[in-house]
Amino acid sequence: MAKNDLIGGSIWEEYSQKVQDLMNNPQNMGEITEDEATKQGLKLIVADFGAESCGDAVRLYWAVNEKTNVIQDAKFKSFGCGTAIASSDTMADLCKGKTVDEAIKITNIDVEFAMRDNPDTPAVPPQKMHCSVMAYDVIKAAAASYKGVDAESFEDEIIVCECARVSLGTIKDVIKINDLHTVEEITNYTKAGAFCKSCIKPGGHEDKDYYLVDILKDTRTEMEMEKMSALADAKIAGTTNELSFDDFTMVQKLKAVEAAIDKDIRPMLVMDGGNLEILDIKDTDEGNTDIYIRYLGACSGCASSSTGTLFAIESVLKEECSQKIRVLPI
Amino acid sequence: MRVYLDNNATTIVDPKVFAQMEPYFVQMYGNPNSLHDFGSETHPALRKAMDQLYCGLNADDKDDIVITSCATESNNWVLKGVYYDHILGKDKDHIITSEVEHPAIISTCKFLETLGVKVTYLPVNEKGIIETHTLKNFITEKTALVTIMWANNETGMLFPIEEISKICKETGVLFHSDAVQAVGKIPIDLKKLDIDFLSFSAHKFHGPKGIGGLYIKDSQPLTPLFHGGEHMGGRRSGTLDVPGIIGMGEALELAVHNLDFENNNVRKLRDKLEDEVLKLDDVFVVGSRDERTPNTILVSVKGIEGEAMLWDLNKNGIAASTGSACASEDLESNPVMEAIGAEADLAHTALRLSLSRFTTQEEIDYTVVILNDAVKRLRAISSTYSYAPDWHDSKL
Repeated sequence: MAKNDLIGGSIWEEYSQKVQDLMNNPQNMGEITEDEATKQGLKLIVADFGAESCGDAVRLYWAVNEKTNVIQDAKFKSFGCGTAIASSDTMADLCKGKTVDEAIKITNIDVEFAMRDNPDTPAVPPQKMHCSVMAYDVIKAAAASYKGVDAESFEDEIIVCECARVSLGTIKDVIKINDLHTVEEITNYTKAGAFCKSCIKPGGHEDKDYYLVDILKDTRTEMEMEKMSALADAKIAGTTNELSFDDFTMVQKLKAVEAAIDKDIRPMLVMDGGNLEILDIKDTDEGNTDIYIRYLGACSGCASSSTGTLFAIESVLKEECSQKIRVLPI
Repeated sequence: MRVYLDNNATTIVDPKVFAQMEPYFVQMYGNPNSLHDFGSETHPALRKAMDQLYCGLNADDKDDIVITSCATESNNWVLKGVYYDHILGKDKDHIITSEVEHPAIISTCKFLETLGVKVTYLPVNEKGIIETHTLKNFITEKTALVTIMWANNETGMLFPIEEISKICKETGVLFHSDAVQAVGKIPIDLKKLDIDFLSFSAHKFHGPKGIGGLYIKDSQPLTPLFHGGEHMGGRRSGTLDVPGIIGMGEALELAVHNLDFENNNVRKLRDKLEDEVLKLDDVFVVGSRDERTPNTILVSVKGIEGEAMLWDLNKNGIAASTGSACASEDLESNPVMEAIGAEADLAHTALRLSLSRFTTQEEIDYTVVILNDAVKRLRAISSTYSYAPDWHDSKL
C-alpha cells in the first residue's frame, strides 16, 4: 500500500493497446470444422481448457499436417473476460506455422509478452495473468490429443490447485521468476487459491498434499540458498566481484544466516519440539561475527542447548556462511 | 450516446441539489460551531436539511439522525458500538446478519469475530432473501444485534423488514438495517416500524458523495466511533460537512417527492428493459419484479463472462456493473449469485443494470440495441456456443 494504491484504479487502464484491440477484434476467433480440415488433407484437433464455472474456458482448434507435424491453421473460442479473449487469440496466432513440438514450448509468458505494446510494460495487470496461463494449458491439451498421450506427461504436474489446475512446478516457477513474496501474489499470477481456497493453507474444506503457504516458504528458502551457492560457486571459480559473507552488509549477513538456519538447523529443532530466534548480529572488533540467539520451546530448557546443539548450530553456520561466526545463546 | 445504468453504485447529483449546496462552499463557509456570524449564517440551511431528513424518513423528534461520512461509517459504528455496549465485558456475544450483506457489514462482522464475537450469517433462498423463520431459530438470549439490509445492492430484492423488526421487538434484540439501497427508492416510515438503527448514504439518491447518516431510535446510547470536539451532540465528532448535509437533505426531499415517479416511470422503464433482456435465449433474472426495488435488474447471460459484457457496453457508452463496484478489481464471482445457489456457471455471467429517475426512454431503447449486439458478438466468440465434432469429448 502506498500513494499509487490508495485510490483504486480500473484494471482496464492497465490493458495494453494490443489487448484492447484483440478484445475488440480477435483475429483468430472461430472454428475449424472436420470437413474443412479433411478437404485440405489436415488432421483436426479440438482441445478444451477451463470451465464456465471457473470464469474462464477456451476451446482451441488446430488443423495439423500429419506428415510435417506443422500446425497449418489455429482458431479459438473463449468464454472469459477481455484479457482471456486476447490471450487466446494471441496463443492461436503463436501456434500457426509451428510444429506441434514447437507449440508445446509456447508458455503463458510468451503469450503475455506478445501482447505488450513495449517490452517493459506488462500487457495486463497481475490479477489477469491467469488468462494467459489458460492459453498455455490448452496448447498442451491439444498437443496431448494430437500425440495420443496424457497432457500431464509433458511436465512434472503435481496439481496443487485443482480448481484452477495449477501445478507445483508452475507455482514454484512463478514465485522464482517474478520474485513473489505473498500467497496473494501467487493467486494473482496463477489463480491458484482463488476458488475453493483449500490449497492456501491447512484447514480448508478439503485436505491437500501441498499448500501454497508451505510452497512459498520452501521456494523462498530455496531461492536464498541458490543465491548463496551461486555466490559460493563464483567465488571458488574466481569469476566474481561479488562479496563474500565477511564483506556483506549486516542485513545481508542476517539474511544469509536466517536462510542457513531455516534450511539446516530449524527443521532439526522443530522435530524435537523446539525452535530458536535470532536476537541480534554484531561484528566484533576482533573480526568475528557474533550471532545472539534465544532458544524457544523445548530447546529453552534442554541441557544440550549449551553444548551439543550449540556446537552443531555453530558448525553449520561456519560451514554455510563464515568461519568467523560465533553463536551466543542468551 | 452515454447511458448510466450503474445507479446502485452511485448516482448523478440532482442539479437542484447542487444549486442548494453551492453557496456553502465559497460564500457561507463558516464553521457552524463558531459563535460569529460566519458560523451562524449556516444554521438556517442546516436546520432545514435536518427537517428534510426527519421528514423523509418520518423519524420522530425524539429520535436521532446523526450525520456520518457514508453508510460504511454508519454500519461500522452500529456494529462496533453494539460490541462496546453489549458484548465486551457484558453477557451477550452474538450478532446475526445475512450472507448477502454489503462488505461494510460482512467485513466488520469478520473483524468482530477476531475479537471473539459469534456471528451467524443467515442463508438466503433462491430469490436472494432471508426467510424470517430462519431468523427466529437463531436468536438466543446471547444475541445482541440483528443486522439485515433493507434492499440488496446486487439484485434489488427487498427483505421482509417489517416482519424482522417485529421478531426483534418480541425477543428484545436490537435491530439495525443497512437501508442504503432502499432510502429514496421506496417509502420508509420509521414511526411505523420498530427499527433501532438505520444506515443510509446521500450519493445513492442523487445527493453528494461523502455524506450519510445513522438513524438512532429514541436517541438510545451507542458508544461513538469518532471521539473529538463533541459535534452532533457528542454522538459523532468532526466538523460538519455543511454543503454535504444541505445536499443530502435536499436530495432526500426530492427523492421522497419522486417516489411515485420512481415506482411508476422508473419501474416501467426497468420492466421494458427487462422484457427485452428476457427475449434473449438462455438468460435468467434473479427475483420477481414486485419484490425488488423498482430500478434494478440482475441478469445472467449464459456464455458471456460479466467483464467482457461490461467491456462491450462501455465501448458504446453504457455503464453497468457485474456486481459490487467495490469488488471489481478482484477475480471473485458475484457473491450473491453464489449465495442464492445459482448454478456455478451463472456466477461469472451476472450483469447488473440499475436505473434512476434520470434514465430516459431513448437511453433504454439504445441500451436494448447495444445489448443485443454485444450478446451476439460475445456469444459468437464464446466457447460455450462453439462447434465440436462428434468425437470430441467436451470438457467445458
